[in-house]
Amino acid sequence: MAEVLVYVDHVDGAVRKPTLELLTLARRVGEPVAVALGNGAGDTAATLAEHGAVKVLTHEAAEYADYLVVPKVDALQAAVEAVSPAAVLVPSSAEGKEIAARLALRIGSGIITDAVDLEAGDEGPVATQSVFAASFTTKSRVSKGTPVITVKPNSAAVEAAPAAGAVEALSVTFSAAATGTKVTARTPRESTGRPELTEAAIVVSGGRGVNGAENFAIIEALADSLGAAVGASRAAVDAGWYPHTNQVGQTGKSVSPQLYIASGISGAIQHRAGMQTSKTIVAINKDAEAPIFELVDYGVVGDLFDVVPALTEEINARKG
Amino acid sequence: MSLRIVVTVKYVPDATGDRHFADDLTVDRDDVDGLLSELDEYAVEQALQISENSDDDVEVTVLTVGPEDAKDALRKALSMGADKAIHVEDDDLHGTDAIGTSLVLAKAIEKAGYDLVVSGMASTDGTMGVVPALLAERLGVPQVTLLSEVTVEDGTVKGRRDGDAASEQLEASLPAVVSVTDQSGEARYPSFKGIMAAKKKPVESWDLSDLDIEAEEVGLEGAYTVVDGAAERPARTAGTIVKDEGEGGKQLAEYLASQKFV
Ligand SMILES: Cc1cc2nc3c(=O)[nH]c(=O)nc-3n(C[C@H](O)[C@H](O)[C@H](O)COP(=O)(O)OP(=O)(O)OC[C@H]3O[C@@H](n4cnc5c(N)ncnc54)[C@H](O)[C@@H]3O)c2cc1C
Ligand SMILES: Cc1cc2nc3c(=O)[nH]c(=O)nc-3n(C[C@H](O)[C@H](O)[C@H](O)COP(=O)(O)OP(=O)(O)OC[C@H]3O[C@@H](n4cnc5c(N)ncnc54)[C@H](O)[C@@H]3O)c2cc1C
Repeated sequence: MAEVLVYVDHVDGAVRKPTLELLTLARRVGEPVAVALGNGAGDTAATLAEHGAVKVLTHEAAEYADYLVVPKVDALQAAVEAVSPAAVLVPSSAEGKEIAARLALRIGSGIITDAVDLEAGDEGPVATQSVFAASFTTKSRVSKGTPVITVKPNSAAVEAAPAAGAVEALSVTFSAAATGTKVTARTPRESTGRPELTEAAIVVSGGRGVNGAENFAIIEALADSLGAAVGASRAAVDAGWYPHTNQVGQTGKSVSPQLYIASGISGAIQHRAGMQTSKTIVAINKDAEAPIFELVDYGVVGDLFDVVPALTEEINARKG
Repeated sequence: MSLRIVVTVKYVPDATGDRHFADDLTVDRDDVDGLLSELDEYAVEQALQISENSDDDVEVTVLTVGPEDAKDALRKALSMGADKAIHVEDDDLHGTDAIGTSLVLAKAIEKAGYDLVVSGMASTDGTMGVVPALLAERLGVPQVTLLSEVTVEDGTVKGRRDGDAASEQLEASLPAVVSVTDQSGEARYPSFKGIMAAKKKPVESWDLSDLDIEAEEVGLEGAYTVVDGAAERPARTAGTIVKDEGEGGKQLAEYLASQKFV
């Protein structure tokens, strides 16, 4: 069977969930070969093997952390040349899309971004995309070169599928462009202890209706009762009530959890773009005419300052 | 010293309109009003601020690849304060994908001459967020992308990139390609004076032959990707809506329990 390269998103050897989803999707179109780069690359192998990687190509070098994007493109290109894969799959993070795009251009291939599903077709992998703020679903494929496809988080259920996962060192020669953009400082994000927004099964979001940074505590309390991640609308973020990294929507994160709870969010098209594919949608809003209610499975017309704490209390009581 | 900035701006169907696909599965541009992609307003704004904060002689050129009406996007950028505009328009461009678009933009940028390219973080229609990286690859210059803060001084561009895992400070020498996010600072509204002045600013029109690009390299024919089908997402079935009369929280908890979320 043809090999499929999977770019590994990891933090110091800890593989992030979207990569495990990619391994599941990759098995539909070939045999997954994972490419892990940078500090801790070798430590990813056991997890990747457990999820179907027949081989893990690794390379550690300071360049991956010290310069932006291009060293990773150089490495992925080396992997493509070594393996001649049937496709290259990359997680749809902001950086993942940039890496994938430059790789596609270098190897004379087309690129599809933000796939939400992938299947084998007669003429290569067929990607499903969810476009125009998730109001349309398209099927597309790459018609020239080796398909390079980026896939959104939560696009597949992670399945264990033990494979050899033989570790091989990838040989990489960095291009002249690799050192073009220096990373002169890096401030890691502090962990909140809550699930990662794009990976969470439940997301609880607050908008302008939350009316103040201090009031986000009630959104967080609801999130914690459900083991959920916290999201925010751009209005809440722009007001400085919650960090930008938690913004859900077109210019924030796109989330596709099992359950999305929107409180004090009107449901503007740009917000919908980031959450419309959630499986179950719930909203709390005091305005019965708010557009968010067009999307919901269950909506409560009411004041969030009454409804949210009551909901949290009830959930905590039920958990006993 | 002089600094030549080219800002790439896309003309897109209004996201608040009823967007859909034409029979050939390209974006239907006839039924929905077009406008300057809102995220490119941030790119124009940052280019203007770089210009205003510079002691050098700075020229800001806005560049679009798009149909006849795309001139509207250029006019808007000119009325915000850009100096001149370039419109690449050719019937053979219909259906061009990201790889093709980056080819046309890169050739036009080279022909225009540049020290700095400023792009938006993503268009509001394709929303791929890849064109700036593709331009850097094609032009062979550093990419300094997804910046929420940007400065240019002494031939060096610096900026802050807020990623998922960390916030990074980046630095590169000019020439370079920059893209800016909507966190980079509100875009200005065109003033009446700006709108009047824009009418007199030059808009150059180029076609594929001006850029030495063959028709087969772009358009649907030259595309590296194919869209095989597009279906409107079925409308969600009407959900249950209750009015909170003291029991709203409890009712919602019951619903969540019935769906096994609790
Ligand atoms: C290019 C572009 C990109 C954008 N990207 C994003 C994005 O990524 N994410 C995003 O969210 N937005 C984005 N926006 C902004 C978007 O258009 C809206 O402005 C934004 O989503 C509104 O946020 P909101 O729903 O919190 O606020 P509003 O629209 O002001 O809605 C607040 C809601 O809260 C309700 N409310 C008020 N008080 C209470 C209460 N006590 N109890 C219950 N309900 C209450 C009100 O009835 C109202 O419906 C973008 C806009 C543009 C132009
Ligand atoms: C719903 C949809 C999905 C698509 N999916 C794919 C796909 O998977 N693969 C693919 O190859 N093509 C795809 N396309 C086509 C692709 O969007 C266009 O070719 C497009 O011009 C480049 O991508 P983008 O609009 O997503 O731009 P982005 O990469 O999101 O744009 C980033 C920035 O680049 C600049 N820019 C982009 N286009 C232009 C332009 N025409 N003129 C001036 N500046 C510009 C702007 O500064 C913009 O802010 C898709 C189009 C649509 C409408």
